[in-house]
Amino acid sequence: MADTVIHEPSAEATHLRHHFASVEQQMDASTLGMWTFLVTEVLFFGGMFAAYSVYRAMYPEAFASTSEWMDIKLGATNTAVLICSSLTMVLAVRAAQLNQRRDLIVNLLLTMFFGSVFLGIKAIEYHSKWVEHLVPGFNFQYEPAQYAHNAQILFFLYFCMTGMHALHMIVGLGLLTYLLIQSIRRVYTSYYFAPVEMIGLYWHFVDVVWIFLFPLLYLIGHRK
Amino acid sequence: MSEHVHIPKVGTLVAVWAALIVLTATTAAVSFLELGEWNIVVALLIALLKASLVAWIFMAVRHAPTLTKLFCIAGLVWLSILIMITFSDYSSRSWTYQAKPWSHAKSAPATQP
Amino acid sequence: MATIAHGEPEAATQTVNYLNVEHGWKSWLLTTDHKRIAILYLISITLMFFVGGAFAAAFRINLLEPQGVFSAETYNRLFTMHGIVMVFFFLVPSIPATLGNFFLPIMIGAKDLAFPRINLLSWYVYIIGAAFALFAILRGGVDTGWTFYAPYSSTYSNSYVLAAAFGVFWAGFSSILTGLNFVVTVHKMRAPGMTWSRLPLFVWANYATGLIQILGTPVLAITLLLLAFEHIANVGIFDPNIGGDPILFQHLFWFYSHPAVYIMILPGMGVISEIVACFSRKRVFGYNFIAFSSMAIAVLSFVVWGHHMFITGESMYTSLAFSILSFMVAVPSAIKVFNWTATMYKGSISFDTPMLYTFGFIGLFTIGGLTGLFLASLATDVATHGTYFIVAHFHYVMVGGMVMAFLGGIHFWWPKMTGRLYSEPWSKFAALIIFVGFNLTFFPQFILGYMGMPRRYHAYPPEFQMLNVMSTAGSSVLGIGYLIPMIYLLWSLKHGAAAGNNPWGATGLEWKIQSPPTTFNFDETPVVTEEAYNYHELEENGG
Repeated sequence: MADTVIHEPSAEATHLRHHFASVEQQMDASTLGMWTFLVTEVLFFGGMFAAYSVYRAMYPEAFASTSEWMDIKLGATNTAVLICSSLTMVLAVRAAQLNQRRDLIVNLLLTMFFGSVFLGIKAIEYHSKWVEHLVPGFNFQYEPAQYAHNAQILFFLYFCMTGMHALHMIVGLGLLTYLLIQSIRRVYTSYYFAPVEMIGLYWHFVDVVWIFLFPLLYLIGHRK
Repeated sequence: MSEHVHIPKVGTLVAVWAALIVLTATTAAVSFLELGEWNIVVALLIALLKASLVAWIFMAVRHAPTLTKLFCIAGLVWLSILIMITFSDYSSRSWTYQAKPWSHAKSAPATQP
Repeated sequence: MATIAHGEPEAATQTVNYLNVEHGWKSWLLTTDHKRIAILYLISITLMFFVGGAFAAAFRINLLEPQGVFSAETYNRLFTMHGIVMVFFFLVPSIPATLGNFFLPIMIGAKDLAFPRINLLSWYVYIIGAAFALFAILRGGVDTGWTFYAPYSSTYSNSYVLAAAFGVFWAGFSSILTGLNFVVTVHKMRAPGMTWSRLPLFVWANYATGLIQILGTPVLAITLLLLAFEHIANVGIFDPNIGGDPILFQHLFWFYSHPAVYIMILPGMGVISEIVACFSRKRVFGYNFIAFSSMAIAVLSFVVWGHHMFITGESMYTSLAFSILSFMVAVPSAIKVFNWTATMYKGSISFDTPMLYTFGFIGLFTIGGLTGLFLASLATDVATHGTYFIVAHFHYVMVGGMVMAFLGGIHFWWPKMTGRLYSEPWSKFAALIIFVGFNLTFFPQFILGYMGMPRRYHAYPPEFQMLNVMSTAGSSVLGIGYLIPMIYLLWSLKHGAAAGNNPWGATGLEWKIQSPPTTFNFDETPVVTEEAYNYHELEENGG
């Protein structure tokens, strides 16, 4: 017993803040804090999902007719892209936990790459909607005319929900950039990787939102 | 400190990734089938399964303390409160109510429009 | 009899405390000390309170005359800005952001909240929101009512809807951040031995409030954004012309705004629990019931919002469900009132100012709560909706309840926050003026509403004039009553006697540390072994 020396990592190495009694408490608090924030995001997006549910039930045919204008190939591709980004994100977190700096940086870069691809494809879709006059409030035109009014509601919800989602992706990319810089500066070790894990949770959440947006916006009554 | 960190196996993560890709392809394919009202049900069930996989494995809910699981569930429960009760207003507006005559009414009651 | 230790004014400034440890505006504007942030909030919300109060004074002047004094458009803007400022910029943050921020960490034995920087961020976000609201006010205000109902607010109003909505949006975010901080703090930062069942009920109340803030406010945020898009680009989401539904706006709006009213009462109830125990020298009767009732209120508050929409064409069946649930949500509140009363029974009551506010709260909240039952009941709500009955109801609970609790809490904890004692005769006098002024203002409104006078109208039939004049007279008295504490409290900062650690002889960790507290609250992490409100043990030990 006398010849084993147990080295506790220093407060500096673990980035222990003064108001926390232990690293464990700090980590627990951060994790719970991020989950609590994600709960608020569920309710935030939830308001739009509620609006969507109500209007879809009110105007099923009009909503179903809009699927013709949604590019299911791009939508499905984007879904796959985000799923890949989730994999690289969780691999990045794993690398941080294992003190594997190189893997951490590579996976962060890949996550950012996939995220950017997603946004690029989104931009293409938005552009094509703009060109086809499918942006509510900006000379919205729709065929068949009998569904035009109600379809406008769907298209607004489309832009609102995917727009909010894209905004969260952009913020996510910003956060990932911060993680990348900090990783390059060797800030994260197996004693301190909380930010990677927390931002990972955020990124996965944004993926989960898209997992629901894809069927609800692209696959309504899609038949060929 | 390290005893609280569950490091996932790469194999598990890749398996989940593969499942998510397959489920995405499935949901897209199923949408081409004519299932009527079941299309949305199937699509949402698949989405729920995908989301659960992301939460359980990628977000490490399976290793998370009970409190975290509780917060997750609370978020979903509250979302369903919002959607279901709002929905119930719209769906029950058209229910009609047939007034029954009082037992001592001498004349026939006015019929509902 | 609560003991008050008197000391010379100079003694109050001897020790190093959170107020004098650093000077300069940077040390305040960049602070992460929860106590300094609480003071920043206290100043901000007090300013907003008087802004909201000024609007009230203006429209009460209008209501002196049956034909009104201002135009209808002006009147609409006055009551709208009064509502927006008072609800979002005063009542929602009030107790949590001031007394909660200051005392929640101390009461659980922590050095700070879980996320001190997010705490500071929440104040800045509040200020951004207040700036937008003040901008809207200076540019002429909004006339939609604080409820922003579509399609008027989204399509037809030519007032500054966007600026006001944006201001409310940011205030909402501030609220979310505060709630998030409190919930995580209570879960993770309790000192050794501070189990859930030893928590002061003030902590339980703020925890429950935090849950509501987290779960409800985001829906308000998205609703306001949808409204903004409709207003900017006419997208059609609430436009009946293309199949949009204004009632959907109401569902989304009230999903937050009903739980919001519980954000605006639960912390007050927490304060009352603290005060009633101290000034009865007795532990709170039914601690578990009060703790669980806070949680029950938080949960049930989310399933009753439709009672604001009974006359909108909401489904009869949904209305029935909302009605019975609204009756149920009254039960936990009633349980609290019974328990506070039972606490006082056979207690050793002293009539210090915080206790006067507590008496006021219990009586006025009971009246407000009971009148809420008339509104939960479908048939009577149809008759009273949109009348002054509703106005009186919510002012009884929010002003007679929450504001009284806020003032009671300020007076209870002022010695701890500032290290100073205020003038007791003046504070008792002010409490009395406020009580009289309040009842004179709002009781006539129950009668007016019952008689059928609608709310949000600048003019009214002449037979209502006498009661309106009485109400306006009352509001002048009430306004004076609110100004008096400003004077003696500020005076006490320089000239008040030193308070000492525990002028009231109260239990709780906050009374064991110095007044004002040091930056990190405790020299050593406390280890808690006693239950809360152990006045009976103090009694036995001759305390």
